[in-house]
Amino acid sequence: MAVSAPTKTMNNVEAVRETLHDALVRDERTLIMGEDVGARGNVFLITKGFLEEFGPKRIIDTPLAEASIVGVAVGMAMEGLRPIAEIQFADFIYPAFNQIVGEAAKTRYRSNGDYTCPLVIRTPYGGGVRGALSHSVSIEALFYHVPGLKILAPSTPADIKGLLTAAIEDPDPVLFLEHKKTYRSVKGEVPEGYYTIPIGKADVKKQGSQLTVVSYGYNLHQALDAATRLEDEGLSVEVIDLRSIRPMDRTTILESLRKTRKLLIIHEDNKFGGIGAEISAMVVEEAFFDLDAPIRRLCGPDVPAMGYAQPLEEEFMISTDAMAQAMRDLVAF
Amino acid sequence: MAKAVEAAGAAKKPALDRRGLSDDQLRALLRNMLLQRQLDNRGFQLNRQGKIPFALGSEGHEAAQAGAAMAFERGKDVLVPYYRDLGLVLGIGYTPLEMLNSMFARATDRSGGRQFPNHYTNRDMGLLTISSIIAGHCPHAVGVAYAFTYRGETGRAVLCTTGDGATSEGEWHESVNFAAVHNLPIVFLVENNGFAISTPQSMQMRVKHVADRAPGYGIPGVVCNGLDPIETYATVKAALDRARTGGGPTLVEAMVYRYLSHSTDDDDRTYRDRTLVEEARRYDPVPTFERLLLDEGVIDEAAVAQLKADVLRDTNEATDTAELAPFPAAEDLYKNVYEGTHEPWL
Repeated sequence: MAVSAPTKTMNNVEAVRETLHDALVRDERTLIMGEDVGARGNVFLITKGFLEEFGPKRIIDTPLAEASIVGVAVGMAMEGLRPIAEIQFADFIYPAFNQIVGEAAKTRYRSNGDYTCPLVIRTPYGGGVRGALSHSVSIEALFYHVPGLKILAPSTPADIKGLLTAAIEDPDPVLFLEHKKTYRSVKGEVPEGYYTIPIGKADVKKQGSQLTVVSYGYNLHQALDAATRLEDEGLSVEVIDLRSIRPMDRTTILESLRKTRKLLIIHEDNKFGGIGAEISAMVVEEAFFDLDAPIRRLCGPDVPAMGYAQPLEEEFMISTDAMAQAMRDLVAF
Repeated sequence: MAKAVEAAGAAKKPALDRRGLSDDQLRALLRNMLLQRQLDNRGFQLNRQGKIPFALGSEGHEAAQAGAAMAFERGKDVLVPYYRDLGLVLGIGYTPLEMLNSMFARATDRSGGRQFPNHYTNRDMGLLTISSIIAGHCPHAVGVAYAFTYRGETGRAVLCTTGDGATSEGEWHESVNFAAVHNLPIVFLVENNGFAISTPQSMQMRVKHVADRAPGYGIPGVVCNGLDPIETYATVKAALDRARTGGGPTLVEAMVYRYLSHSTDDDDRTYRDRTLVEEARRYDPVPTFERLLLDEGVIDEAAVAQLKADVLRDTNEATDTAELAPFPAAEDLYKNVYEGTHEPWL
């Protein structure tokens, strides 16, 4: 990605849409399948107009059956197509669990490379949109335990374009997570034309010297807001956007940590067994003596889901104020 | 089930109705069936000798599998089998040595000794990799059929097989439905042996035949006598031809019997009356078909003896070769997780 490339301002929905569109234009093997991706143009209008432009063979309104959305895509991928399967909401992915964990992630491994599964599964996740129990969940921790899968959760339009393009071209199955609350609330400059961002590379979104914050998704933007606000108080907080959850970027986290010597991990997914637990364990194993303070995790609480009622949703979601306070506390430690 | 087998046996035509098959093809069917039985037997022997941890057999399915495989067009069609499909894979070109390499879990096995025996893969033959998860492979078969249609490759079809128990799985239903909606070139062949390990068909479904469900998907459903290789061949061929020419999916149910336990780790005496098995043995498709070809003069006693000697020799040679082959190296465990190296932390 050339620094001088001309850019366009767009939000996250527009970035997903443009990336999918470009992929369909670029590669005849690419197709999109899922619930309501055709005539309706996806429930967030991401694929609006695609059916007319690319036809029903490439834009498939599937039966309402998640296991076969993924399973049929696995077969297509084995046979040389480049399917992009959509699960309408991440909360609906459970019926496809076997196809993702038992089949897609093991295709290359169990056949010792005889077959591969170049498949992308896109799904909107996350809360803060009054989605209640079944339109709000984060699913990354359920899947990041699984070797054979890659998991991406970019947060900005430019990262979405570069990483979704990389995912579509990747020779292995990729779970691509899009935080719903960022769909229209997050805008940014996106370089025009084709580019990819390497899978497995985190991005330092804000430089700082006193504390390292690792986050992704909607929380990443809140963390950036909090860290920026704290500059007025004279605090210097570095914010790392993880972007890729499997594989994860150890190098960027450790480099930052050796500078700041303090670590705060923020994610919306439940704390227990979450992504932060793995990062925390890695840091303790690799950089224990570089730490000047206990690692702190700010995560979703240990309840099954956020409620529909506003107070229940707000209690679940991590506020920007809470992030700012955790940052102050850690810097002061 | 005994009744179904009896009915199937009674319905067997006395004279040879060859359905367009040449003498060579009829002898090839018999050879496949004899080889299946020999290899099944070898798997159980090796397990009882403590040489391999696990084996399973398809005794009783030989005719259905040899017949269905005869309808498969090599180089064009794709087979997405389940694990009790030795005869089908042999019929499309899988070799005894590949089977023995798999049984012994050697480095020479196509999966590098990773997979259970009977969990075939061979991309060159159009034989898809399968897991042990029942019906998990069915949507993959649909995806392959979709790819044929997508690329405008007429004249190709997918043969997707399961046992009867698999049809209780949601993924089987979703697969048949998806294929029907898109009128895909695929045949779902159900080898109904009446048991899912120990659970009888009556505890899996209310319908008498799996094929009775076909109208619910808007596709044809056909039942055939799976103890008769020629009838199964003709039924599967008609369905595959229909698929290859744009006619869409067919649900074919071949009525068979499972003479052995589910696997070497199962003991069917705990759930199946011996007299039922003995009764079903009267319709054993292997000696029955051998007798038919002898009676009809398609083959003579000497040629049958030669066939049996050939398959025993092939099995013995494959056994010796595979047993002498090296195990995969321990470090092979880490290969082929992804393309390139496998490292969760970068």
